[in-house]
Amino acid sequence: MKLPPIEARLAGNRFVLDEEESHIEIDQELARSTGTAERIIACCPAGVYSRRPDGEVAVEYAACLECGTCLAVSSPGALRWRYPRGGFGVQYREG
Amino acid sequence: MSAEPDFDVIVVGAGVAGCITAYQLAGRGLSVALIDRGETPGAKNLSGGVLYTHPLQQVFPDFLQTAPIERRISRNQICFLNQDSSVAIDYRDARLDRDGTAVSVLRGRLDPWLAERCEDAGVLVMPGVRVDSLLIEDGRVVGVVAGEDELRARVTVAADGVNSFLARDAGLRPAPQPHQLAVGVKAVVQLPSDIIEARFGVDALEGAAIAVVGDCTRGVGGGGFIYTNQGSISVGVVLRLDDLTAKGLRSTEVFDGFLDHPYTERLLRGGELLEYGCHLVAEGGQAMVGELVHHGLVIVGDAAGMTINTGLTVRGMDLAAGAAIAAAVGVAEAIETGDVTAAGLAGYPKALAAGFVGQDLQTYARAPKFLENPRMYESYGPLLADALHQVFGLDGSARKPLRRVAMDALKGSGIGVGTIVKDAWQGARAL
Repeated sequence: MKLPPIEARLAGNRFVLDEEESHIEIDQELARSTGTAERIIACCPAGVYSRRPDGEVAVEYAACLECGTCLAVSSPGALRWRYPRGGFGVQYREG
Repeated sequence: MSAEPDFDVIVVGAGVAGCITAYQLAGRGLSVALIDRGETPGAKNLSGGVLYTHPLQQVFPDFLQTAPIERRISRNQICFLNQDSSVAIDYRDARLDRDGTAVSVLRGRLDPWLAERCEDAGVLVMPGVRVDSLLIEDGRVVGVVAGEDELRARVTVAADGVNSFLARDAGLRPAPQPHQLAVGVKAVVQLPSDIIEARFGVDALEGAAIAVVGDCTRGVGGGGFIYTNQGSISVGVVLRLDDLTAKGLRSTEVFDGFLDHPYTERLLRGGELLEYGCHLVAEGGQAMVGELVHHGLVIVGDAAGMTINTGLTVRGMDLAAGAAIAAAVGVAEAIETGDVTAAGLAGYPKALAAGFVGQDLQTYARAPKFLENPRMYESYGPLLADALHQVFGLDGSARKPLRRVAMDALKGSGIGVGTIVKDAWQGARAL
């Protein structure tokens, strides 16, 4: 079966958005120089990371499924990734 | 002198490992808090979905009757999937159904049930709270920090999942390497029960689990899975991170390709997406487990890298439950004797090593290395299909005896006989 694009795919999930705080911070300089940018854009199953026209990495933290794959493929220091604050973020109903 | 503890035990993470540790310790009369960052317990949790039940039956004798299980897995298939062909082993056994050996589960239902059992046993369940770090004084873990709050306990149980931030941040566990991790990408697809039963050839309440290797991951180390739930299918891929990044593929493109492959498409046709999720999977086996106890701290389940992938069976939840049973023994002993040092908590690793978790981790210690062999994902599927095509693909040309068929397929595959013998030997040793 063909699934819709990521954004529509995530629309069926339940998210509690933390409007005050992003749990992801990226060091653009290090992300570029270490190749972290390409890796996190390719690996993230939720499409959180994308390339902006200016070459920097855009972070759509609200779509994060909180797996930690991005952190695992990042070079040290390029990404600060933590779980969202308690009660926020994705809330799986099926799991 | 430290402040008086708020609880005997604080468990961080309401997954299988955390819930069962908490349940068992409360059952021994200890005061236990179970903290989870999900809005409700288990809301952050996701599994492929096959649970081997024996340790759960040990803890909850009524598990098969009362837990929210989806289907009893009585049919297992292992399938080499190529672009235009597939070769599978199909194993069906009434004993698996009778014993409820393995069941499909959805964590969104299983984990709230586990947390409820914890509450019934007297555990204080605290959902919606993120633990930020361990509370450490003089090199001893004395509790946890959550926002402005400090909560103290005699023993803290890190059941915080595969990312294992609590132990890692405290310098008690190394960060896992990309070859020890895989990303699992999963969809839950809704289908009527009768259609599921017809497509997968199972009776009501019975289910099938299909493990897929090959084209489903575009040759990336890992595999695909298709599991039947009561009214839905769990379908996904697991991709080893070192190989995924080396091949430069997108996880979503591999996943989408698998769902759109004719093999998968026929099983999912007409279904509706219920939920899309992902989870990091520990693939390192025994080499990844490391130190399980520190002063005032024990580490259980995924947080300790406890998974076994043999290529045939993929196990995490049963190991988490087994570790929880062992941890409860060690923690209760330590609190009883008043010695919560690593030495005082040593009953946990000892019980673990003596039980099925330690023994199976040992038995399959070579499996991760074997499964890094790229021929598993690229070569053997086409080889099998080519050999079978020479048997079944009658086209008027004279047939060859089977030994010639095998040799020709081998030659065509570019894999030498020596390599196959070596792989078979290593497989036999590893699995």
